[in-house]
Formats: sequence, structure tokens, C-alpha cells
Amino acid sequence: MKGWMGKFRALSLLGLLALVLTGCGRENLTALKPKGYGAQTSYDLIILTTVVMSIVLLVVAIVYITVLVRFRKKKGKENFIPKQVEGNKVLETIWTVIPIVLLIIIAVPTTIATFDLADTKGAKDKLNVEVTGNQYWWHFNYKGQEIQTSQDLYIPTGEKVYLNMKSSDVIHSFWVPSLAGKMDVNPENENTMYIKADEEGVYWGKCAELCGPSHSLMDFKIVAVSPDEFDQWVNDMQGVDPKAVAEGDTAKEGQELFNEKNCMSCHAIGSSPVQVGPNLTDFGNRSKVAGIMDHNKENVVKWIMDPESVKPGNKMTNNYPELSDEEASKIADYLMQLNPSEVTLESAGD
Amino acid sequence: MSIAATQKRGFGAVLWDYLTTVDHKKIAHLYLFGGGLFFLIGGIEAMLIRIQLIKPDNDFLSAGLYNEMITMHGTTMIFLAAMPLIFAIMNAVLPLQIGARDVAFPFLNSLGFWLFMFGGILLNCSWFLGGAPDAGWTGYAPLSTTSPGHGVDFYVMGLQIAGAGTLIGGINFLVTVVNMRAPGMTYMRMPLFTWASFIASVLILFAFPALTVGLFLLMFDRMFGTAFFDVSLGGNTIIWEHLFWIFGHPEVYILILPLFGVFSDVFSTFAKKRLFGYTAMVFATMLIAFLGFMVWAHHMFTVGLGPVANSIFSIATMAIAVPTGIKIFNWLATLWGGNITINSTMLWSLAFIPSFTIGGMTGVMVATVAADYQYHDSYFVVAHFHYVIVGGTIFGIFAALHYWWPKMFGRILNEKLGKLTFWTFFIGFHLTFFIQHFLGLMGMPRRYWVFHSGDHLDTGNLISTIGAFLMAFAVIVFVINAIVSARGEKAPADPWDGRTLEWATASPPAHYNFKQTPLVRGLDPLWVEKAEGKAEMTPAEPLGDIHMPNNSFLPFLFSLGLFVAGFGFIYQTDNKAWLAVLIGGMAFSLAMMVIRSMKDDLGHHITKEELEREAD
Repeated sequence: MKGWMGKFRALSLLGLLALVLTGCGRENLTALKPKGYGAQTSYDLIILTTVVMSIVLLVVAIVYITVLVRFRKKKGKENFIPKQVEGNKVLETIWTVIPIVLLIIIAVPTTIATFDLADTKGAKDKLNVEVTGNQYWWHFNYKGQEIQTSQDLYIPTGEKVYLNMKSSDVIHSFWVPSLAGKMDVNPENENTMYIKADEEGVYWGKCAELCGPSHSLMDFKIVAVSPDEFDQWVNDMQGVDPKAVAEGDTAKEGQELFNEKNCMSCHAIGSSPVQVGPNLTDFGNRSKVAGIMDHNKENVVKWIMDPESVKPGNKMTNNYPELSDEEASKIADYLMQLNPSEVTLESAGD
Repeated sequence: MSIAATQKRGFGAVLWDYLTTVDHKKIAHLYLFGGGLFFLIGGIEAMLIRIQLIKPDNDFLSAGLYNEMITMHGTTMIFLAAMPLIFAIMNAVLPLQIGARDVAFPFLNSLGFWLFMFGGILLNCSWFLGGAPDAGWTGYAPLSTTSPGHGVDFYVMGLQIAGAGTLIGGINFLVTVVNMRAPGMTYMRMPLFTWASFIASVLILFAFPALTVGLFLLMFDRMFGTAFFDVSLGGNTIIWEHLFWIFGHPEVYILILPLFGVFSDVFSTFAKKRLFGYTAMVFATMLIAFLGFMVWAHHMFTVGLGPVANSIFSIATMAIAVPTGIKIFNWLATLWGGNITINSTMLWSLAFIPSFTIGGMTGVMVATVAADYQYHDSYFVVAHFHYVIVGGTIFGIFAALHYWWPKMFGRILNEKLGKLTFWTFFIGFHLTFFIQHFLGLMGMPRRYWVFHSGDHLDTGNLISTIGAFLMAFAVIVFVINAIVSARGEKAPADPWDGRTLEWATASPPAHYNFKQTPLVRGLDPLWVEKAEGKAEMTPAEPLGDIHMPNNSFLPFLFSLGLFVAGFGFIYQTDNKAWLAVLIGGMAFSLAMMVIRSMKDDLGHHITKEELEREAD
């Protein structure tokens, strides 16, 4: 008997220890510290169901442990034949009815929340962003604003932003755990969801539907800034002159190379319908290079020279002219100074 | 194993016997061997996955290889390990439990096995022929339709052939239960394992055709230029998701229901009590199966089906918790007041209750749509389904193997090794998967090749990997136990003081199972006789000639033909010359069918005199 209980206790202790060691996860990535409307709604239901289900588990555990302690074969009673009970109507009714009641307690708020999160009636008057999932990056087109960005999505805090999502290739899934649950990004139809950030911050997003070798490298960020800062950002982005000559010698040469090597057939700078590859308008402000590497010049060069080593299966590999290290460095210089707005990641408190 | 008994014959003779056998007991051995082999392969794949995730930004496996690994782990474990291992148990036990001499269609039984085996081998050939499938075991289009190379082609052909075998097996068990029950074995006297297998067979009958259709569409898209899932040509990828899950959800119940039956039999045997609420247990099983067909879209809550569809499927899913809860409490009530023996079989069965209850809890949690938007396709879901499939199905298979090993092989598995297997596996299992609930909520999506050092997911993944090693160790110990059992303790006919018919015949039973068909006089027929002080069953017929089916090599050859044709299908996209292989393989299989139809095979008789001689 002792051995039994001891082993179980050790196990629960291990579980607890594991939790303490890991905590609730990284701020602005974990769903356990919600920072937005959708995530909060989900979190409340997570807590409710966990509590209700833990009660069930507790009841099962009590009966279970009692059974093990009381009814295990005892010395001297090896040949005892218990009474052959067929069943018990009252007991069976109880353990049918109580679970039904518990499920109703869960089902009602679930249904209310489901309809609430799917409610897109107010979308017309609000900020709408077309989200396109691509292998392995995200494109954002601010509807009616003539702003396109990639990878980092700037939104104002405190209001619902509606996302109209579609995929250009395979199925992806848009997930920013701290702000909202996920929604699939399908190739055939547009899905709409909304996100609302309660406070400023840079929230980590991930692709949640297997989409190829670099599925796990398709990170993106949501940059939530105050409404005033957001307005300024919109202004700055709309004022971008894609033809503006870069500052500094190497950057200037980089800009020439960028045009010469025909990078623009895939990558747009400024508002443009071109979205074969990520839009680079605010590349200098990006949180990461290719969504996953630290944002610095070395990593930009690394990407340009050998994108396959960073994101296996990406669509850029072999689809651009060969570049020397020097040329790549110059292009990187040019790209790094593309920061049209003073509203940056720092504005969101990153 | 029964090697000891057969050592007198040469290896060739034994091999030939197994290649041609139509005896359900030997087919059970084949399923156990085949399923066990694929279980080990799937386990190695799992270990490679866990090693890759032992630390952040690991490069133990490449990104592409990792996707092949997760795809093959899922596909192998579901189709090539869990299903055949369940079929092994069904084959070994079900005909005995209803007092039958064999299944209804012994020839089809053999055909079902060889189709499964060749399908599985075909699928695994992909490892050596340019790469395994890499679109996930769910094979979502358009990732699966556009996946380069032949990996997904192997997935399509392998599963199509193996799936046909499963469908045949399911139909066979259905007919067996309907037609082959011994006199007095009414439906409401059948042991729960037979009931659960019967209901699972109904599920197979209705669920597998959906997979067959889906695989055909995928096959035509990939190999013959159609565009069912090609959006640019007017196709629709969501159709695949529906077809896959209309099959896929019932499949989950196909995997668990027979084991519910195993636990019911085991608890009642080792508590020395009749199953509590037998009728409720039977109807709860039926209800689970019925509801299992109406909940497939809960795998698709994030697809964008809208709040109405999501809510309906959510509530239907939650409803399944009620019959499942009934079962859990009935098992506890069966144990309550019993005289419980705890051995390896019971350890697995007892461990199932808390483990599966946790899986059921998280099942209700993932059914909660608005919360599932967070759980879906994250490690929370990975944890959930491993709790039900490992904590339910695999625990059940281990319990069943320890319980019925004596009946299958005439030897008893070693208790010490059995306990070592159990404890390491049990602790390893919870260590591996419990933490994954939290990893998911902490933002780790499913099927991630790497996580980054800044994600704060390191500790959880490390713990998970350590647990996986414990499970691997446990499985190795079990394999050793199985091998050394060949020289282990010889099993009597009724080693556990059993209640059901399989314990009323020798371990292992003779070729014809029962010399005289037993007369069933109530639920737990053997127990009924024991309660009246009798040692064995009352026969329902006088001793007479027994009609048994003949062995046949045709099922093997038929499946071989389809296996060869599979390569033809796969490679004709590269070179039309392969069409010859395709047609040749199909023609060969057709020829085997014609031979089967034309040749009169009336079986053979074991005469009364022979039976009497054997008794001496």
C-alpha cells in the first residue's frame, strides 16, 4: 500500500515542480497571461472548464483511492467471493444527471462567447486589415489606407481591429496567443476575426497550421501602440516616397543594386499591389529578420546570401540573381535605413 | 511464444503455415507481430522527434526530415500499430468469447491481415525511396497535393491498401458476432469486450469509406491531374478536412472502444465481481459510437465554419462526456466491494482510470469552442490526444496482452518484468505529456520543428523528452518479457479464475477452439458454471465431426499484387512505362480473385475418432 501511494505522491510532486520551473511562459507569447479581448474570453473559459473538470477529477480520485485502499485483496481473505451486484438505478441516474448539469454550466457561456468572438458586424466603421498567409511570411494590407507591411502588424490599442484573412498557397493559421485565439487562413475563402489589445506591447504571433518545412519559422509580431501614435504611424507610412534617395554612400549603392537586380519585381517599398515577397517599406524598424533572427545587418546579409539556410523551402531561394558579399552588404545597408516612422517597436514599449 | 511447441517442425514449415493460415488464433499472432513491429518503428520516430525538441533551436533533424518524422509517427501509430494490435486482440479472443470455432470468413480474415501488412510495408518503403510523406498524418490539402516528391503518394497508396484490409476485418467481426455465437449466447450475455469490438466494427464499416473516398480524390489530384482540392481550378481544400475527419473522429472511438471492453472484462475478473451496470455499459458504448459520428467538425473549429456550426458541434462533443462518465463510474462501482487482485494486467487497467479521466477532462476543455481557439493545433491538443490514445488505447493493449498472453501463447508473462514495464511507462508517460498541456498554452504550436530560446519553452520540452526515454525503456523491457516468456511459466486453461468462455478451453486452444460447442446459461458463462460447482462448460452438442476451413496462400498473393501495383501507380507519373507494373499488379490480384472464385474449397473435417484420440 505504502509503495503505491508514495509513487503517486512523487508523481504529482514532479508535475508541480515542472510547473514552478516553467512558470506561465513568456510574457506576450503565453495564452496564460491574456492581454487582449479574445485571449481574455478564452482564458475565462479555460479557467471555468478547468475548475469544473477538476471537481469531476477529484470525485473520481476519491472513489478510486478508496477502492484501492479498502477493497484490495487482504491476507486471510484470499478466497472471499464478493456479492455479485448487477447495478443500482439510483446511483446510475446520479452519475448520468450530474455530468449533464455540469456540461450545461460549461455549454452556455461557451456558446455565448463563440457568437461574441464571431461577431463582425461592427467591422465597417473600424480598421480592417487584409492578412495574407504565405510560405513562410505574413502580408498585411490596411484597407482603404494605402499601407502595406509584412511581418510586423501595427495596431492601435483599445479598439477592435478586423482581420480579413486569406492564404496565397497552403493553409496557415494566425495565432497571437496573448491577444486572441487562432483562425485558419485558407486559400479559398476569407475568414474574418478581430483582435483588441488592452495595452501597448509587441505580441508574438505564430503559424499554427502545418504549412511546410519552415512552418515553425513563420513568426510574426503584432505591435500595439496608443491610438495617437498609431495615427502618426499611418501618416508616416502614407507619406513614404519609394523613390527617395537613400542617405550614405553604401546605402545609395545598395539602393541602385536593389533596382538593378530587379528585387522590386517581388518586394515593394511603399504602397504597391506587389506582394510576391514581403513588403519592405518599414524594414529598418522590423522586430526580426525573416521573422526569427535578431534584427541586425549581419543577419540581413546572411538572409540575402543564403535564405535556404535560414528558412528551408522558402520561395526566395534561387529566384534572384547571384550577389557578392559586398553587394549583399550594400543592399542590407539600404534596407536597414528604411524606417519611415518614428513610431517603432520602442513606442510599444519593447 | 508457441515456438517451443512448434520447434519440432522446421522453420520453413512454420513460416509456410503462417503465410497460409486462416486460423484466427494464428492471424492474431501475425497481427501482433506486424502491429508490434510498426509500434517499435513509430516509437523510434517518436524518440527522434523528442530528441529534436530536447533543446531550443536544435538541428538534430532537418526541417524537412522532421515533418516526415511527425507524419510517419502519427500515421504509423494510428493505422499500422494501434489498429492491428487491436485486431490482434480481437482475433485472439472474440471468437473464443462467443464460443465459436473461427470467425465467419477465415479467408477474408487472412486477406485483411496481408492487405494491412503490405500497405504498411509500402508506406514505409518511402523512407528508402526519396523521402517519406511530410504533410502530417492528417494530410491536409493543398500541402499534401503540392508536396514535392513521392512521399505523399506512398501515404495515399499505403493507407488505401491497409485501409481495405481494416474494412474487411471490421465486416468479418460484425458477421462473426451476428452469426457465430454459441447456443444461449444472446446479445445481452456477450462479454463487454465482444460488445465493444462489435460496435467498433460498426464504426469501421461506416467510417473507413469516408477515408477511402478522400484518399481516392487525393490520389487522382496527385497522379491523374484532377483538381478536387486545387483552389485555382475551382477545387476546395476544406472538403478534404471534412472527409478526413468524418473518418478520423470515429477512428478515435474505433481505437478506444475495444479497450473499454478489455478493461470491463479485466476489472470484473480481478475484482471477482460481475460488471456493475452491464446494460448501461452496453448502451453507453453504443451512444458513444453514435455520437462519435456527429462531432467531426470539432477538429475544425478554427476553419471558419461560423458560430452556429461551431456551437452545435461543441455541444454534441460535450455530450459524449456523459456516456464516458457513466463508464468510468460503472468501472469504479465494479471494483467497489470487490476482492481486488493487483497484478500487471490490473496495474495497466487501474492506471487507465486516472489517465483517461484526465484525457476526458481535457476533451471537454477542447470541445469548448471559444477556448479551443487557444488549444487548437497547439501542444495542449497533442497532450490531450496522447492522454486518450496512450492512456486509453496503449494502456488497454498492454492490459489485454498481459491478460490474454496465456490464451494466445500458452505462457504467462513475467510479473517482475511486467511491473517494471508498467511503472517506467506510467511515470514516463505522465512526465512526457502532462507538461505539454502547459507548453501549448504557453504558445507552442503543434508540429514545430524548433522552438526558439527566447520562447521560454525549454524546461517543459526537456522534461517531456526525459519522460519519452522512460517510455522507450519500458517498451524494450516488454519486448524482452515477450521473448523470454517462450521459456516462461506454462499457463493452465484458466490462470486468472476467469468468468468468460475463453477460459473454458485450453491455453492455447486447439485448432478448433472447442471440442464441443459450449452451452451458455447466463452472463459470464464460465462463472455461472463455477458458481454451481462445475469445473467446465456443459456442451451444447454431442461430440461429432468438426468442419474447419483449409489454409490458403491466395490472400498473400492477392495483397502482393496490389503492393506491386501500388508502385506502378506511384511511379507512372514519372514514366508511363510504370503503367505496365500497375496493370500487371492489378491483373495478378484479379487472377487470384478468379482462382478463389473458381476453385471449390470445401474445407476439411476433424473426425470424431481423432478428437477422442486427442483426449487421451
